[in-house]
Amino acid sequence: MTGRVGSFVACVLVLALLLVLPQTMRPYYVGLVTKMLIFALFAMSLDLLLGYAGLASLGHAAFFGVAAYTIALLLLRAGIGGWIALPAALAASTVTGALIAALALRARGSYFLMITFALAQVVWSVAFGWRSFTGGDDGLPGIARPNFGWSLDSTVSFYYFVLAVVGLATLLLAAIVKSPFGRALRGIRESESRMQALGYDVWRYQFVAFVLAAAFAGLAGALYAYFNRFVGTEYLHVIQSAEALIMVILGGAGTLIGPAIGAALIVFLEDYISSLTQHWLLVLGIIYVLVTVLAPRGLVGLVVDYRQRRFEP
Amino acid sequence: MVWVIHVLNGVAIGMLLFLLAAGLSLIYGLMKILNLTHGSFYLVGGYIGLTVMQRTGSFVLALIVAAAAVALIGTVIERYFLRRFHLDELPQTLVTFGFLFIFADLSLWIWGGDPVMLRQPRIFAGSLSMGDYNYPFYRLFLIAVGLVIAGGLWWFQEHTRLGTMLRAGVDDAEIARALGINVSLLFTLVFAAGAALAALGGVLAAPVLSLYPGADFDALILAFVVVIVGGLGSLKGALVGALLVGLLDDFGKAFFPQFALFTVFVPMAFILVVRPTGLFGRR
Repeated sequence: MTGRVGSFVACVLVLALLLVLPQTMRPYYVGLVTKMLIFALFAMSLDLLLGYAGLASLGHAAFFGVAAYTIALLLLRAGIGGWIALPAALAASTVTGALIAALALRARGSYFLMITFALAQVVWSVAFGWRSFTGGDDGLPGIARPNFGWSLDSTVSFYYFVLAVVGLATLLLAAIVKSPFGRALRGIRESESRMQALGYDVWRYQFVAFVLAAAFAGLAGALYAYFNRFVGTEYLHVIQSAEALIMVILGGAGTLIGPAIGAALIVFLEDYISSLTQHWLLVLGIIYVLVTVLAPRGLVGLVVDYRQRRFEP
Repeated sequence: MVWVIHVLNGVAIGMLLFLLAAGLSLIYGLMKILNLTHGSFYLVGGYIGLTVMQRTGSFVLALIVAAAAVALIGTVIERYFLRRFHLDELPQTLVTFGFLFIFADLSLWIWGGDPVMLRQPRIFAGSLSMGDYNYPFYRLFLIAVGLVIAGGLWWFQEHTRLGTMLRAGVDDAEIARALGINVSLLFTLVFAAGAALAALGGVLAAPVLSLYPGADFDALILAFVVVIVGGLGSLKGALVGALLVGLLDDFGKAFFPQFALFTVFVPMAFILVVRPTGLFGRR
């Protein structure tokens, strides 16, 4: 019981901190925290698959990027703004998620990983190759932020907008994870055959989890398009998928707080290291190897281990 | 005649893909490791070959040094980073992904960002004239090398003691170990050999496809498609899948250049629907 009260207090404190943050920080850092929030959402959406459903996808950037490109293309090619573009972006990532899920869920384990990787790379190759429509590797600059009755052009107002959206999405994700659906997913992660024997339609649960994860990833992608006022092929690239994966694992898969912390850390490190050297990819690779070797269950796992050691000497 | 040219091209590319996919497939078959560093072995091998070629001018030496160096890199990765996670798929995949990034950045650092072409060996500089067309000898050489290596691997697997151990290990590593087969050594050997094959592929491909940052990803994805089509853990699957993907890729690029990857991925999706573990895969 104390654990629950403790985590409630922690949540309130974090929220209060996030609310007053922009008043105390320079705009550059407000932007950085905005980016952390967006990637926290992206990482949590992947965790729905990896941590709860037990499906390791290496193609999650496809949904992130498809939503971002939908926002950009609707605005720049058709002049359609936020009220329609945002739902359309979510719809696009959901549909892409359903298509890829239908194919990828025929396989398990390494095959699943390879197929999500390969299919996401197809989406990337379309954005890369179809220059006249998507701008190719130049990307699409000049995306105006939406105006839902108040302007989001300033760093601070956009920060609050992202905070609200990510906050609501997190509540929704927490509700999904706690629901009977979420519990069934965890059951499937532990033993597919047992859940099958209990009468659960395993495929349908995994399919819904995949599509939900795609939709939340799309929401993050749409926010990121507005944040940068730009979309590029790197949104869709496997490096983006891999970064999301390491955010989840660094923080700790199977919790929502873990991936959010992992995302914040990776975003911060990327910003900090990029200011020192060009070799961010090298550092990221080393982080990958070190985290896997030293903390295979993430930071949350380390904390859990520490507590257990304290209580059971 | 155009068709003959495209078929030959497809087979030549298919042979390069086979060199990549054979290692990927055998490593998975034996150790259940999905080696995402495999594309990096190809690229780094190609780059090392390039440097050797520039220094000494010898193509044969380039092949030998690249294969040996990459085999050594593979051995270190297997021994010190993968072995500790035996049969734990996710951490293994992550470690190999980390190395993919590390090699991508290091090779960009060492060899720069511009695409580079390896000069093809002088003996194969000419071309074979077939009616109105000329077909470069080098690509015929690629086909020959691919066939020789495929034949050699098959012979090794079926007719040598080590090959028998390998097949036993792929079938059931646990039992193989219990029968007194040194599975630990076998793992390292297969991982190193797979890495060396990928490096050979990189050097052989360099005069045709050129080397550039991102070639590691491109090679990895095509190798994935090959093993998805052919099935993991099977040499025959790797060969059939590689030829199929090579042909589809070449015809796709020739006839639908805008949608080049689709001619490869649509059949892959179809095979997935019909046989989720590939044409020759198990389970």
